[in-house]
Amino acid sequence: MEFCIVERPGSLTTVQDKGRYAFLDRGVPLSGALDLFAFDAANLLVGNDRNAAALEITVIGPKLRVLAEADIALTGADMAMTINERPAAGWQSMRVREGDIIKIPKALKGCRAYLAVSGGIDVPLVMGSRSTYLKGAIGGYCGRRLMQGDVVKRGAKDLLSRPRRLPDNHIPRYSGEILLRAVPGPQDDFFTFSIDVLFASSYRVTSAADRMGYRLCGAPVNHDRDAPPSIISEASVPGSVQIPPDGQPIILLVEQTSGGYSKAATVISVDIPEIAQAVPGATVRFERVTLNQAHDLCRKAAALRSTLVEAMMDR
Amino acid sequence: MVKAGGATLFAEPRFRICGDRSVMVEYGDGIDYEINRKVKQATALLTDRRLDGIKAVIPAYRSLTILYDPFLVDPESLRDQIVSLDEDKPEEPVQSSKIVKIPVCYGGEFGPDLNIVASCRSLSPDDVVALHSGRSYYIFMVGFAPGFCYLGGLDERLHTPRLATPRTLIPAGSVGIAENQTGMYPLASPGGWQIIGRTPLKLFAPERDNPFLYQAGDTIRFVPVSGEKYRKIYDEEHR
Repeated sequence: MEFCIVERPGSLTTVQDKGRYAFLDRGVPLSGALDLFAFDAANLLVGNDRNAAALEITVIGPKLRVLAEADIALTGADMAMTINERPAAGWQSMRVREGDIIKIPKALKGCRAYLAVSGGIDVPLVMGSRSTYLKGAIGGYCGRRLMQGDVVKRGAKDLLSRPRRLPDNHIPRYSGEILLRAVPGPQDDFFTFSIDVLFASSYRVTSAADRMGYRLCGAPVNHDRDAPPSIISEASVPGSVQIPPDGQPIILLVEQTSGGYSKAATVISVDIPEIAQAVPGATVRFERVTLNQAHDLCRKAAALRSTLVEAMMDR
Repeated sequence: MVKAGGATLFAEPRFRICGDRSVMVEYGDGIDYEINRKVKQATALLTDRRLDGIKAVIPAYRSLTILYDPFLVDPESLRDQIVSLDEDKPEEPVQSSKIVKIPVCYGGEFGPDLNIVASCRSLSPDDVVALHSGRSYYIFMVGFAPGFCYLGGLDERLHTPRLATPRTLIPAGSVGIAENQTGMYPLASPGGWQIIGRTPLKLFAPERDNPFLYQAGDTIRFVPVSGEKYRKIYDEEHR
């Protein structure tokens, strides 16, 4: 069913779900929402399934005219959303009706917001996912970003019987100083001397920062003298901290499947949302954790989510 | 075991940690057919078993990377399974690999660099076509972009440097040479390869049930076709 018409598309608004796993072995990147915490929360707030597609809104948001009643929730970056010119808070569900104007001006804190709607954004599954992969021109809305005049549809779903909101103390506060926990490896043995530099220094996010990866600038992480400067191409994963020969780290994200540079560490999955919200100029520090600690942190995040689900259901 | 060419096939797979949701398994340390076949064999076995919590297996030249759900799989048991994979079926043949024929119209508007490759290597353009289409190429790995394959076995007489200045747009289907590699561009993209021809086939067709014509472990054979044949196949593919 119809949800809205796009009056202004914003700088980069795409449909994303949790990603496309089926063809990673054929060079088709994962894609999907970069900040899976905010994405998950948005779907939860409107009562959707966990993998329902939402809009990923980057830096400058769209202006949408609602075509039929629905519940929406905006999470992630603070974008100063208004509905019919009245401020509308993020991280909570809002009922919108035909003719309402949703304006999502621009990111004040963070840089990616997620707009979920009851039933999820209705676009065809392409190769097992609704995520947009722009370079391959597949998935999402006709394989492209939203444009003026597009009619966005949603899946069928009952509206909420009462509104939902995320408790304030669980709303992430995005700052210009980011701490990323990372597990050494896969090629930490190429950096026996300089891996401590990676974990002790502060890096700046450069303007080369997108869904493919974030280039950082700071103290170089040098390869050991006897380590090869590059490797035979192999898979990369979201969070891989790739070290090219100049020693400036690149955090690889969801639109890269493989590469030939060694990787000193991998950002843990629960901290990927932090880098997803980082803007150029932000500072990044890395903290070393073990694999066991990383898995404990996954379990804690899952337990917290269950509490939130219960808290929301009770309201 | 050290092999000809200096690559070593590891006696036991080696593991590298790639964060809290993936692990890489290495079978050797070089670009080598036997090492790559071990990768293919393990990938096929893992994929067939459809183990709970394994979200993807991504083979590369000498390693494979497993994406797993840490709530369903613990890394120690995953490691044991992979080691036993190797012990259980050491001689199991790799899934049948295909020979995929790729029609190519060489030279002219489709292969603007054919003459450059020829003069660079003191060959005639016909020699380049004959050498390039005269042998099969093993797909070591597919990655970097949808359907982009890393092929082995380019004749030394065709090794040619990349363009000094990369082109801003190379059409989909272009076939090129860069140093000791040959390959195809499944999507239009910028690139610095010497373009010697183009295939009319859709190498990446997301609308098909199987969007790709090949996978790692298959073999590519380029077949020269005329401009007329090119257009006929192109029209059928893009109807």
